[in-house]
Amino acid sequence: MEGLLEEFRSRILERKPLRLKGGGSKDFYGGPLAGAVLEIGGYSGIVGYEPTELVVTARCGTPLAELESALAARRQFLACEPPGFGAGTVGGVVAAGLSGPRRATAGSLRDFVLGVKIMDGEGRVLKFGGEVIKNVAGFDVSRLMTGSLGTLGLILEVSLKVMPLPLGDATLRFELPQDKALDAMNRWAGQPLPLAASCWQDGVLTLRLSGAQAAVTAARGKLGGDVFAATEAGAFWQSLREQTAEYFAGDAPLWRLSVPSVAPPLELPGAPLIEWGGALRWLRTDADVEQMRQTAARAGGHATLFRGGDKTGGVFAPLQPALMEVHRRLKQSFDPYGVFNSGRMYSEF
Amino acid sequence: MTQREHSAEAAQDFADTDYSALLAALARLLPADSLLQVNEDVKPYECDGLSAYRQVPMAVALPETEAQVVAVIKACRAAGAPLVPRGAGTGLSAGALPHPQGVVLSLAKMKRILHVDPVARVAVVQPGVRNLAISEAAAPLGLYYAPDPSSQIACSIGGNVAENSGGVHCLKYGLTLHNVLRVRAVLITGEIVEFGNHALDAPGYDLLALTIGSEGLLAIVTEVTVKLVPKPDHAQVIIASFADVMTAGDAVAAVIAAGIIPAGLEMMDKPAAAAVEPYVKAGYDLTAAAILLCESDGTAEEVAEEIGRMQAVLEASGATKIRVSQSEAERLLFWAGRKAAFPAAGRISPDYYCMDGTIPRKRLGEMLMAIYDMEKKYRLRCINVFHAGDGNMHPLILYDANVPGELERTEAFGAEILRLSVQLGGTITGEHGVGYEKINSMCDQFCADEIRAFHGVKRAFDPEGLLNPEKAIPTLYRCAESGRMHVHGGDIPFPELERL
Repeated sequence: MEGLLEEFRSRILERKPLRLKGGGSKDFYGGPLAGAVLEIGGYSGIVGYEPTELVVTARCGTPLAELESALAARRQFLACEPPGFGAGTVGGVVAAGLSGPRRATAGSLRDFVLGVKIMDGEGRVLKFGGEVIKNVAGFDVSRLMTGSLGTLGLILEVSLKVMPLPLGDATLRFELPQDKALDAMNRWAGQPLPLAASCWQDGVLTLRLSGAQAAVTAARGKLGGDVFAATEAGAFWQSLREQTAEYFAGDAPLWRLSVPSVAPPLELPGAPLIEWGGALRWLRTDADVEQMRQTAARAGGHATLFRGGDKTGGVFAPLQPALMEVHRRLKQSFDPYGVFNSGRMYSEF
Repeated sequence: MTQREHSAEAAQDFADTDYSALLAALARLLPADSLLQVNEDVKPYECDGLSAYRQVPMAVALPETEAQVVAVIKACRAAGAPLVPRGAGTGLSAGALPHPQGVVLSLAKMKRILHVDPVARVAVVQPGVRNLAISEAAAPLGLYYAPDPSSQIACSIGGNVAENSGGVHCLKYGLTLHNVLRVRAVLITGEIVEFGNHALDAPGYDLLALTIGSEGLLAIVTEVTVKLVPKPDHAQVIIASFADVMTAGDAVAAVIAAGIIPAGLEMMDKPAAAAVEPYVKAGYDLTAAAILLCESDGTAEEVAEEIGRMQAVLEASGATKIRVSQSEAERLLFWAGRKAAFPAAGRISPDYYCMDGTIPRKRLGEMLMAIYDMEKKYRLRCINVFHAGDGNMHPLILYDANVPGELERTEAFGAEILRLSVQLGGTITGEHGVGYEKINSMCDQFCADEIRAFHGVKRAFDPEGLLNPEKAIPTLYRCAESGRMHVHGGDIPFPELERL
């Protein structure tokens, strides 16, 4: 592994643009791919896993699937359910910063990142955060790295908080139109119910409950709905997380609109798929970039051209100039020679 | 205006600032009662909750509006004068210690709750709003704000954002970081920005996460949106006694290993229990070497199920005695002792010094045994309370500031605990922040390149280094001077300097 680190360092010290590549599962995501490929998948393996500490530390190239099966063997899991999109690796998952169906209640991937080890733009290995839940020493660079799309450094190693698998689990279905489903999801979220995930599509609201067996049973009695068989339900939530569900198939541009959960149905062409209690709305549409961005902004959120489509208008919503300036300076500080994934987030850096 | 560049290497000098011009400018920008200058008015701001460090500030600005915050920041920047933000002043790391050449910017007058939305489950508040006031405002809706630092009756949400404050329920409900959706803030340029929003994520880097816990070094918070969560309708707590601290530490690990995430999991050692018992009469087992408080919350069915599982695990882990609270009054009584640890320390000792390291849970017993040895080494008593569930410990070192040498021995005792925390795989501060107090200990935890990276983050927001200088992140000169540079890969900063 030391040999690999030396290889990474010597490539970085060439000061030429690099494209960091783990499993290559998210090549579709973010701005245009540029730079010579630096394969980091070989830097792999679980470095430490202590179930009683609720923390796992793994190298960047570790396949997400390998990490998750190690956790499952001890009845634990990543509660934020980050998507692996097939061959996804731990480093890529953290760089992308995406979370899955349980995000609205369990928290986002960044909430579970406890520490990182990175190699910066000058080939130096730096450690931030650690393996403990409470840690306020120094700026929270670990979480700055999460979702930075590899533009600030090569994430070498990550420590993640893990959670016990819930004992009780049930999935319910309700026939509801979109506005009523949004109302119901927001109302239920304000009550002490063991909500875990939600999905609305084509007039059907699917709701996942997880927690103590007694709590799940009581909530089922309270909420009603039709019970969705356990094995089918598991496959359903997995297909949402990994975007293998029918909704995500085909070439039409896929937009991701992140909005306040209480935002009313968005006035946009196409049939949405809604997750996260109303806070995440997917849309397959050829609608114009400006229309998407403005509609999301009016609702209090932002729109991302998640997959496909015309990326010339930028993939992510533009930043206000003062924040863009902070971004540029952060990039300059961690990666002064512009080595890492330039243009993958914004064309400006 | 003198253009200075914030540097990782050595502290800045603000000596050439024209203060009479700055004070005149501030007097034009603020109402008369929002600018304090005379000694008797500014003296109360000389320290925060950690009164061992004091410095009378040059002036204190107390803006009432965001526009006034912008004006104060612009005036200070134009004059090249440092700004020290301050919330309620309850912090325990001297993070709000005034700068001798600077202005204290108190957000205490901005204390309005702007909006509580029962459907979206958020509250929009000004930075000076007290932590507990948010939960009180949300209580009629069946909601509350989860992080509950022990100072919650007084501490402000702006200060909580600056420190990433925790509390006793962090393992299950998270820290400030996990419960804040959006921060509106003013940059040193006077520009107003928003980190995060009312959706669940925002485009670009996660500057919200970076700002939370930044100890006032990056931006001045003017508005915060917090998440409100449904109040659990039921809670019960178990008190378990253990004959030795190692067994108690193992029991904590066993609870987690059983797949249980308690709402609270606290440990007190025998001296701590003995100190609080006369004070609150909670009925603690004073013969035990350590006691654990283990809480479950949720629906009545959920709590009954979880308490049963917790009890079984604790018994199997060697608990010598177990009591389960049978009423809400009894639950509060059981907690009262734990929450009274600080005042009890104040009752049995003229002074005490509270530490805040975090270590992996499995090292709790080991750390306690080491602290017992240090008590002999430094000839000082220490009582120990731990947020055992998340490994965050608060040893209270008892001393008498009037006895020559005791404060110095106390500081050395504390620094040794922090060094051991780092060696055991933990951190020098779990929730109180680095501030001025632990700035030298940062050199134990981070190497020179990491400290340079922190200064790079600082410069990205505040290139001139005017916001809360000389706090949280040490200069490399300071690390070298204190002789505590964490040597990483043989890389020693200032190799030309002589070592202590």
